[in-house]
Amino acid sequence: MKITINGKVCEATEGQTVLEVARANGFYIPTLCYLSGLTPTGACRICVVEVEGMRNLVASCSAPATEGMVVRTDTERVLAARRFIVELLVSCHPLDCMTCEKTGDCTLQNLAYELGVTGSAMVGEKYDYPVDYSNPFIVRDYNKCILCLKCVRVCNEIQGIEAIKTIQRGFDTKVATAYDTPLQESNCVFCGQCVQACPVGALTERKAKGLGRAWEMRKVRTTCPYCGVGCQLELHLKGEQIVKVTAVEDGAPNKGRLCVKGRFGYDFIYSEDRLTTPLIRENGSFREASWDEALDLVADKFKQIISESGPDAIAGVSCARSINEDSYQMQKLFRAVIGTNNIDHCART
Amino acid sequence: MTNSFGEFADAKMFLCIGTNMTEAHPVAATFLKNALRKGAKLIVVDPRKQPLAKLADIYCQIKVGSDIAFLNGLMNIIINEGLYDKDFVENRCDNFEAFKAKIMEYPPERAAEISGVDVETIRKVAHMLATIKPAMLCYTLGITEHTTGKDNVMSTANLQLLLGNMGKPSAGVNPLRGQNNVQGACDMGALPNVFPGYQKVIDPAAREKFEKAWNVRKLPENNGMMMPQMMESLADKKIRAFYVFGENLASTEPDIRKVEHELSSAEFLICQDIFPTETTRFAHVILPAASWCEDDGTFTNSERRVNRVRKVKNPPGNAKPNWWIFKEIARRMGQDWTSNSGPEIWDNEVSALAPALGGIKYDRIENDGLQWPCPNTDHPGTAFLHRDGVFTHGKGIFNPVDWKAPAEVADKEYPFVLSTGRRLYQYHTRTQTGRSGLNFLMPEETADISVVDAENLGIKSDELVKVRSRRGEVEVRARVTAEVPAGMVWMSFHFREGSANWLTNAVYDPATLTAEYKACAVTVEKIQDTATA
Repeated sequence: MKITINGKVCEATEGQTVLEVARANGFYIPTLCYLSGLTPTGACRICVVEVEGMRNLVASCSAPATEGMVVRTDTERVLAARRFIVELLVSCHPLDCMTCEKTGDCTLQNLAYELGVTGSAMVGEKYDYPVDYSNPFIVRDYNKCILCLKCVRVCNEIQGIEAIKTIQRGFDTKVATAYDTPLQESNCVFCGQCVQACPVGALTERKAKGLGRAWEMRKVRTTCPYCGVGCQLELHLKGEQIVKVTAVEDGAPNKGRLCVKGRFGYDFIYSEDRLTTPLIRENGSFREASWDEALDLVADKFKQIISESGPDAIAGVSCARSINEDSYQMQKLFRAVIGTNNIDHCART
Repeated sequence: MTNSFGEFADAKMFLCIGTNMTEAHPVAATFLKNALRKGAKLIVVDPRKQPLAKLADIYCQIKVGSDIAFLNGLMNIIINEGLYDKDFVENRCDNFEAFKAKIMEYPPERAAEISGVDVETIRKVAHMLATIKPAMLCYTLGITEHTTGKDNVMSTANLQLLLGNMGKPSAGVNPLRGQNNVQGACDMGALPNVFPGYQKVIDPAAREKFEKAWNVRKLPENNGMMMPQMMESLADKKIRAFYVFGENLASTEPDIRKVEHELSSAEFLICQDIFPTETTRFAHVILPAASWCEDDGTFTNSERRVNRVRKVKNPPGNAKPNWWIFKEIARRMGQDWTSNSGPEIWDNEVSALAPALGGIKYDRIENDGLQWPCPNTDHPGTAFLHRDGVFTHGKGIFNPVDWKAPAEVADKEYPFVLSTGRRLYQYHTRTQTGRSGLNFLMPEETADISVVDAENLGIKSDELVKVRSRRGEVEVRARVTAEVPAGMVWMSFHFREGSANWLTNAVYDPATLTAEYKACAVTVEKIQDTATA
């Protein structure tokens, strides 16, 4: 079918929403509660658009595209509605953007900037929740929560953990675990998917605190170093420092998901315990050595053993955690240089 | 895996046997849960009522090590009631008659007696499997870490062949692999019998190919030793030098006392690692290596997908890339290798020498990786194997297998079965997770015991218990849980103190030499609190 968006005729398929068609055709529509792949809730209404022949503005995230539909995404009426929504959200939101971890990557901040909302139009009641710093991974500041409920939906519908839901009603509505306990006392598994989904500063990575601003960071795609699923990570780096890790949205195989180890288990690489120089055992303890000395010792010992006992008196195990190229190189060393097939790894455990 | 994680979404059915997916492969488990929300069915077969079991349509709490009896009994019903995929079996499989004869030795009553799952439940599973397709069979180390590990694997393949659940999307036999690059280390030929790309070292043509590529006169023509053989040969001095790259064998292998005796017997032990470990204590030379994030390369995941790994920082101090270390040793032994980076090694050597990887080049895997087989650079990669029932050897082969009990079973002296595995918040011997703050979520090991046994022994959760086997003993806190059936103790090996590997039995599958981590006999006793005694 065909629909018209801002004067452009766009191809749409049955079941696609107006938002999906618009984004596929390069039109900008802001969203707060929308989550790709899940049934839309239409809760925040920031994605409203004008549809010819319809009296009210339409939430584009949940409106199915229909044949011949004529849509405008940028009329003054649309912008006024969005501005009003953001005014309401900002009226009860702490305006501590200077110190907020989310600054520069905050959808609410971006929308306020884009729509010229300063927070002065309406003065509303503010929340006064204590900030939860009780675990080393996820900081929860519900004073900043805009109740888009993305966190609840990824926890329940994507990760299938069901650790959080809303409690109370009205202004007092709050996202919480059962009985509002700290996460570590609930069935939360610290996958941090809620943090990745949060569009504002309500949920942030504790380890990232103070390490860098969004605009200072470069993003590098890599593969998780833990299990065999091979999740695709986005490292957020300032210099050589990983500030935080998120999942590559839509990357195969994990499609934007991570677990606790992939998201929070990265900083071992900076540990003070790292081995930094070759060591040689002497009189029962280790002493530091140069690479030349250590490698000559290994090569000479190998040569001696090969000449005395043959190459099959040497054996080695490779590493199932390191890169393919390292394993290739090690088996090549054993086969082509030492002359033995005594090479294995933990393949079967 | 014959199939892919992306196919979980469209599977109508899952049979998960010996896989604690929500803890060991959490992201894979999310795809499974999403499929269940869409109406897929789940059968879980596991001695432990672990988190997946709670989501199952049918949960079969088999006794430790009874997998083959259970599966054979299941297939007995499927064959006898004519519920198998006759077209697939007749046209795509071989050896059905011999297999059928073996299966006839396992009537459901016998399977029930051995596995502890009642006949009616086995029948329900058979009917569900026969009527809902495609089904993905997923397994992990619950299948392989037995003295019958290889036969267990064969048995899972027999079932999927019988049901015709092979060679199509959202089906297949899917072992979820434990380490990020254990698939890749196999593909690279870090195995005693194959060159990169599974080309056999005993095949003269393969040797000739690699002799030419590596510019050497003669490559060794006999299969080498597997890891347990290497370690036992340290003790009898047949192996004089042992090169351990990135493995903490002193904590990961069964029967730590035996392992440490072997490691300490080494005439010359080289450890190449990123941290000092329990294993490096025995080294003669320790070589400091670059870690993840400090080198450019690739990992290959469970679904055969070759993914990029990128360098974002320099190694600390004088630590060096692993490939460089091997190259430098080769140079000192008279061979100059030309490739001088991960990308060069892959593009110029690995992908040139392994036919299944021929089409995978660095410039093709900038974003999503490619799944092998991928024979040429126009090939899109392969999501699932054996398409249309065309197998490596032509037809799928049924392998008749018999059930055998674990090597060590509970007796009067050691009345409990110890089974082991991994927990969500730690990874293996914690060299990495232990330095990333995850101890907050799991600070120590526990012995997981059943409510019934806890009552009988007068043990409460968090009380100290002594778990003892014929090989050693550990003191850990008890965790009383409904996950564990009476007569079982379940532990992991994440913490050195209280590691299950002080207790585990160093007996192996005869073909794969995989150790029987999943079954040994232990006692459990309460340690009297000295303060109150």
